[in-house]
Amino acid sequence: MTGVVEQSVPQTTPTVPTGVGETLLLVRDLKKYFPVKRGVLARVVAEVKAVDGVTFAVSRGETLGLVGESGSGKTTVGRCILRLIEPTAGSIEFEGVELTQLGASEMRHKRRDMQIVFQDPYASLNPRMTVGTIVAEPLIIHGGMNNSERAERVAELLEKVGLSPDYRRRYPHEFSGGQRQRIGVARALATNPKFLVLDEPVSALDVSVQAQVINLLQDLQEDLHLTYLFIAHDLSVVEHISTRVAVMYLGKIMELAERRALYADPLHPYTRALLSAVPIPDPTQHKSRILLKGDIPTPLNPPGGCVFHTRCPIAQFPICKDVVPPLIEHKPGQFAACHFAGASIQQAT
Amino acid sequence: MSDVLLEVKKLRTTFFTGDGEVHAVDNVSFDVRKGEALALVGESGCGKSVTAMSIMRLVAPPGKIVGGEIRFKGRDLVELSEKEMRKVRGDDIAMVFQEPMTSLNPVFKVGDQVAEAIRIHRKVSKKQARKQAGEMFELVSIPDPIKRLDDYPHQLSGGMRQRVMIAMALSCDPELLIADEPTTALDVTIQAQIMELLASLQKRLGLAILLITHDLGIVAEFCERIIVMYTGRIVEEAPVRDLFANPAHPYTRGLLRSLPSVGRDEKRLPTITGMVPPLTALPGGCKFNPRCPDVMPICLGNEPALMHVGDDHDARCYLHGDLADPERMEQPKSI
Repeated sequence: MTGVVEQSVPQTTPTVPTGVGETLLLVRDLKKYFPVKRGVLARVVAEVKAVDGVTFAVSRGETLGLVGESGSGKTTVGRCILRLIEPTAGSIEFEGVELTQLGASEMRHKRRDMQIVFQDPYASLNPRMTVGTIVAEPLIIHGGMNNSERAERVAELLEKVGLSPDYRRRYPHEFSGGQRQRIGVARALATNPKFLVLDEPVSALDVSVQAQVINLLQDLQEDLHLTYLFIAHDLSVVEHISTRVAVMYLGKIMELAERRALYADPLHPYTRALLSAVPIPDPTQHKSRILLKGDIPTPLNPPGGCVFHTRCPIAQFPICKDVVPPLIEHKPGQFAACHFAGASIQQAT
Repeated sequence: MSDVLLEVKKLRTTFFTGDGEVHAVDNVSFDVRKGEALALVGESGCGKSVTAMSIMRLVAPPGKIVGGEIRFKGRDLVELSEKEMRKVRGDDIAMVFQEPMTSLNPVFKVGDQVAEAIRIHRKVSKKQARKQAGEMFELVSIPDPIKRLDDYPHQLSGGMRQRVMIAMALSCDPELLIADEPTTALDVTIQAQIMELLASLQKRLGLAILLITHDLGIVAEFCERIIVMYTGRIVEEAPVRDLFANPAHPYTRGLLRSLPSVGRDEKRLPTITGMVPPLTALPGGCKFNPRCPDVMPICLGNEPALMHVGDDHDARCYLHGDLADPERMEQPKSI
C-alpha cells in the first residue's frame, strides 16, 4: 500500500481521481503562484504557492466538495477554473475543451456554461443596481435577448430561487442575507450554465437560513442537471451536499474520496484531525479529539516533503520531510497523499 | 443562592435609532453560577451580543440600558459610576471578542498591551507587569512566551492572537469571562485548540464562562447550561443535555433539526420557514408565531411567559402551560 516511495518526481501519468459517469471537468496539475514584489522596481522576491499541483475530475451531475482551512487554496482553485485569475501552470478541460488555451473572448463565451456564486452576499451584489438589473446583467453581456425576453427570464429566475418576481425593482439592501444569496444564485443561473462554482455560499448565513439555501441548491441541481464544485470550510455542510469530497491543505489535495468513505474511514492523518476537530451537536457523544500542534504554515514558504509533516501526528523522518507523497488510490475511489495513509494515529505517536 | 455569581434581572437594552426604538434586549433574566460554562445562543440579531455588552456596560449610544438589574455578587452594576465600572471590568468580569485582530492595537507589542492592562488594575512596576504578562502567556500555552511578548499583533496567527486576548482578559484574575464568538473567525483545528484551552482554564481557575455563540456543536461539547434567545428574548433555558434531548420550544427544535451534522445522513434538511423578523416589526403575541409549525390561536394573543417544563428547564411557549389545554385553545381570549 505504501510502496510508492521512490522519488519526489511526479509520475508522468498520475491516475486522476474521477467520479462516476461522464467527466465534465478535468483539472490536471493546476498551479497558481502569486508573486511577492518588493522595492521600487517591484522585483519578485518570493512566490506564494496558493495552489501547487492539484489534479481532479468532476463528473456531470455530481457535487465535488472542496474543503480546507484558510490558506489551503480552495478558493483559488475555484477561480482558476473559471479563469477569473490566470493559473500559473496546469490544464483545465471543460467538456473536452482546454480552457487555458482559449482567448479572452472565447473564454467569456465559455463562461455561459460555468458560473460562480460568491460567499459574501453583501459584497457581491452592486448596491446601486436593482435586483432585476443584477440578474439580467449576464444576459446583457452574453446577448441574444431583447428587453421583454430578458424581463421574462429574470422573473422566471427569481421564481426559480424562491423569490417573488416583484422583487426585481428593489435594491439589494432591502434583502436579508439568505435572500441576497438567492439573488446571487439567480444571477449565476441566468445563462443556463452546466457547472457552478459555489464558493462558501452559505458560510455567511444563520443556521435556519443556511438550511433553506442548501435545500434550494440541491433542488436546482436536480431540476437543471447542474454540476457543482462546492467550496466550504464547514465539514458538516460539505458532507451533506457532496457526492465526493476533496480535502486541501497548503495548496495540495491531501485526500479525495466518495463522501461516505471519506467521513467514515479517512485515510489521511490531516483529514482525521480535521474531522475530529468538528464539534458535534450532541452532548451525549464524546469523541476523542486529535489536537493538531501549532498553526498552518504560511504558503509563502511551505514545508518541504509532505506539506503537513510539521503538524502531523504520525510523521516519520526523514521520509515525510524529504519526499512529497503523491496522491494515489489506496482503496477504490479513495485517494490520499500520505506515505502512511491509513496508519493508526495512537500507535504511531 | 450563594453559588450565583451574576444575576441578570429584567434587563432591557434599547437602541434609539432614526427608525424608532429597537428593543434589542427585552426583559431578559438569567443567572450565571460560579465556575459554570453557560452558553447564550441564537441567530444574528437575537440580542445575545447586546446582552453581553450590557453586562459589561459597554453598550454605545444610541443604545442604552433602560431597565433591569445586573447583579454581580449582589452588587448592581447598572447603578455603578463609570469609574467603579472600570474596576469591575477586568478585575471581576472580563471579555474576549470575536475578532482578535481588531481588538489588539496594531502598533504596540502584544506583551506591552497585556502589561498595560495589568498596570491599569494593579499597582505594579513595569518590570513586574511584563513578568506577569509572560506568566499569562504561559498560562494560555503560547509557545516561547517570553519571546512572543515582543511581537506585534500582525506577527501572530489568528489562534495566537486569540490566546493573547484570553491572556489579557485573565490577567487580573476575573471570576467571570464573557467570550463573544471567540472562535468564529478561526479555522476548525484552531477552534478546537482554543476551546480546549478555555475548558482547561475554566477547570483550573474555577472560572465561570458565559459563551456567546451560534454554534450548537461547541455548546454541546463545552457548556453545562444553555440559553436560547430569539428577537431579544429568552425562549428556552435548560441544562445542555436536556435541551438537546428534549428541546421544548419549537424554535429550538427547528434549530437543532436544521443543522447538518457530520455523520448524519439526510437527503433534505428540515428548515424553519421564513426568517427572523426585524426588531422594528415584531409580530404580536409570541414572536415566533409566524414561523412556528405548532402555532395555535392563543399564540397570536398575549406573549407567553417562560414556562417550567422540567428541572431547571424553561420554555416560552404555550405548548407547555396549562394554557395549551386543548379546550382553551378553541376559544382564545383575545386575538
